[in-house]
Amino acid sequence: MATEVKPGMFSSQTAKPSKKAGLVMGGFTLITLFAFGFGGNPAAVTFQLAEKGHLLSVPDFTVSSSGFSLLVGGLMGIITLIATWLTIKQKVVPLWLSLIFGLLGVTALLGWLAAGNVVPVSFILSSAVVLAVPIILGALGGVMSERVGVVNIAIEGQLLTGAFVASVVGSVTDNLWLGVLAAAIASAILSMSLASLAIKYLVDQIIIGVLINLLVIGVTNFLYSQWLANDGANVNYPGTFDILAIPVLSEIPIIGTALFANRVTVYLAFVLVPLVWYMLFRTKLGLRARAVGEHPLAADTVGINVARTRFWWVTAGGAIAGIGGAALSIGNVGAFGREMSGGLGFIALAVVILGRWQPFYVSASALLFGFAIIMRIWANQVSPGIPTDFITMVPYVVTLIAVTGFAGKVRPPAASGQPYTKG
Amino acid sequence: MSSKTQQVIVEIMASSVTRVVLSILLGFFFGGIFMVLFNENVVATYANFFSAPGDTFAAAFQTIVDGYGALLRGAIFNPGGKDVVAMFRPITETLRMSAPLIMAGLGLALGFRVGLFNIGGTGQIVMGLVASTWVSTRMELPPIIHMLVALVAAVVASALWGAIAGFLKARTGAHEVIVTIMMNYIAINFFTWMLRTDGLLHAATGGGTPKSDPPAESAMLPTIFGDLYKLHIGIFIAVFAAFAYWLLMERSAIGYRFRMVGHNANAARAAGIKVERTFIWAMAVSAAFVGLAAANQGLSEPGGITSSIHADIGFDAITVALLGGNSAKRIVAAGLLFGAFKAGSPAMQVVGVSPEILGVVQALIVLFIAAPPLIKSMLRLPESAEQKVND
Repeated sequence: MATEVKPGMFSSQTAKPSKKAGLVMGGFTLITLFAFGFGGNPAAVTFQLAEKGHLLSVPDFTVSSSGFSLLVGGLMGIITLIATWLTIKQKVVPLWLSLIFGLLGVTALLGWLAAGNVVPVSFILSSAVVLAVPIILGALGGVMSERVGVVNIAIEGQLLTGAFVASVVGSVTDNLWLGVLAAAIASAILSMSLASLAIKYLVDQIIIGVLINLLVIGVTNFLYSQWLANDGANVNYPGTFDILAIPVLSEIPIIGTALFANRVTVYLAFVLVPLVWYMLFRTKLGLRARAVGEHPLAADTVGINVARTRFWWVTAGGAIAGIGGAALSIGNVGAFGREMSGGLGFIALAVVILGRWQPFYVSASALLFGFAIIMRIWANQVSPGIPTDFITMVPYVVTLIAVTGFAGKVRPPAASGQPYTKG
Repeated sequence: MSSKTQQVIVEIMASSVTRVVLSILLGFFFGGIFMVLFNENVVATYANFFSAPGDTFAAAFQTIVDGYGALLRGAIFNPGGKDVVAMFRPITETLRMSAPLIMAGLGLALGFRVGLFNIGGTGQIVMGLVASTWVSTRMELPPIIHMLVALVAAVVASALWGAIAGFLKARTGAHEVIVTIMMNYIAINFFTWMLRTDGLLHAATGGGTPKSDPPAESAMLPTIFGDLYKLHIGIFIAVFAAFAYWLLMERSAIGYRFRMVGHNANAARAAGIKVERTFIWAMAVSAAFVGLAAANQGLSEPGGITSSIHADIGFDAITVALLGGNSAKRIVAAGLLFGAFKAGSPAMQVVGVSPEILGVVQALIVLFIAAPPLIKSMLRLPESAEQKVND
């Protein structure tokens, strides 16, 4: 029996490399060159590359804001040309090129916003990483689930569950590690309900995901106001993990603090991302998982248990998303707050698509959102010429551009969202 | 395409009355369990559970009676009110809270029946608010006309915002769930920016907070009982909208086309219906109903408008639509039920039961509706006829 391989549900159906990549990039390049560069502010920007008191002292890098934008805009122009050339040659624009382009765009925005100010590069980078970790781990859970063919809209609920349980268990047992463990387990159990409803009972995955989110928001709100708010000192006062600075490495200019002076939840993310990538693309288990997500019938024919594979991958993904939730509470601010995931789960959902279901690209895309968040916070303090609301909007617009296929071909696992029944 | 999802939504919408009633009862039941588990008075009796288990059960029972009793007093009729006006206030509050839920619920339900899982209600309400707030605070018109213009502006703005999502889906195949979620965020930030910026919507004396002037008196929805109750004509608009929804979906050619696409997009396409164009129209009409809710919110509060005035109605409306299913009458009933939840919340707070429990009940009810196997396995119901046919 021939099974029609259907294009995925969350993405464009373009079969050929999209011609639009060059257009979109060109648009952003023009904005950078003209709005930030020629029309920009010539005031000086100082990039603080190293933190005071570190081993290597690097002098601050001072440049005129508009000149800097012209320089970066030029680089963006070169990438646009390469991308256009690739599309003319009928080749796919590699994702890393788009990511470099995005990074340049962010840098230009930063240089423009900071006209006349000092940019604490290392602080911004490390905050972006910390803020991105819940998104990274949530999205990683999403990748694991979508790779086996189960759409996971419930990332928001998983993050919230993780954050809540980590805080409560961490407070009650006075052991943050137990908090992380409990967060992973609780979120895994939540995912089991998603998995069994989706796989065994064939309930629609998207609807069930939305409803699980609603349920988790309801339950955590209730428990927060009925329980945590009254007994906060005992059950919602976990503290946070200590920051572990790795000697020497953490004093590398620019990236040292961001990579090597973090809480353990961030390091966990650094370990889990390559681990999941390795599992997915270099092991037999991963091959089977991807087969199930691409063509369940074929996988079934060669003896892979489709339902079981899906169930355990979704569950494991849930556990990782739960750790992401723990990163949100005890890995950053400590106590749990009402609806503290505040839409990060939906961002993670978008990041899965932006990163094209690849753990490393997904993490890079999540970093873009981390940047956007810290940039909004930071921009509020330097009061730039642009309303911060528009800075907040940027990642959502970028996501919209990406999912509607204007930035090139996106192809999800073919069976994503398709229930599988033998027969 | 996700024709499977589409069919499932359409099937959920066709769920039987028995299942709905069972779902509601089970929702309250499990909500009650939650209420008991975390209630201080009940928890206090746990220590003596083995010596005096009766105390625990008595306290648990008391908690449930208190909690749901307060809900009834807060949402239907308050016998302890100081005068007749106060006694009947709860039911008017329920009606007032229900109106936007019914309007937005109708909109989302329309989308669901076309197979579009529109969860962009929030963004659509917000864009409607941008338009209605502009008309109500920046324009001067004669009384009733002012209100009508603001109402129409909200509906048109919402419909356009919805149509964009429909267009993106039809044109690129992007899934409407992701598209509408992203558009929610974009809309909220856009609205906040408008409210923050002088010359746009920012109040003349607003200071630093993103807040608009209060809407002009002439643009406000008039109250029904004068100053006696806050209830305004929004509820009439909601009922009228329900009637319009019924006419559109059950008695018009457009509605027939909508339902056909929802039932089986491929068959509809084979029958010569332009499915992609139908998606765009369906999203626009769906969002137009949501726009009524925007007007209801923006034209009923006497104070200045902030971005939180959308009150998450876009999300609550998902539950209204799923519970309401296919029929306009049932959507009205679902809107009334969840409106009662909102109206009854403060009274529950007073008796020491966190009203947030109603969010749990609400989510559970809809979860039971959307996931029939949950109820079936719990109550060991026989397979329904529709299920057998599908197998």
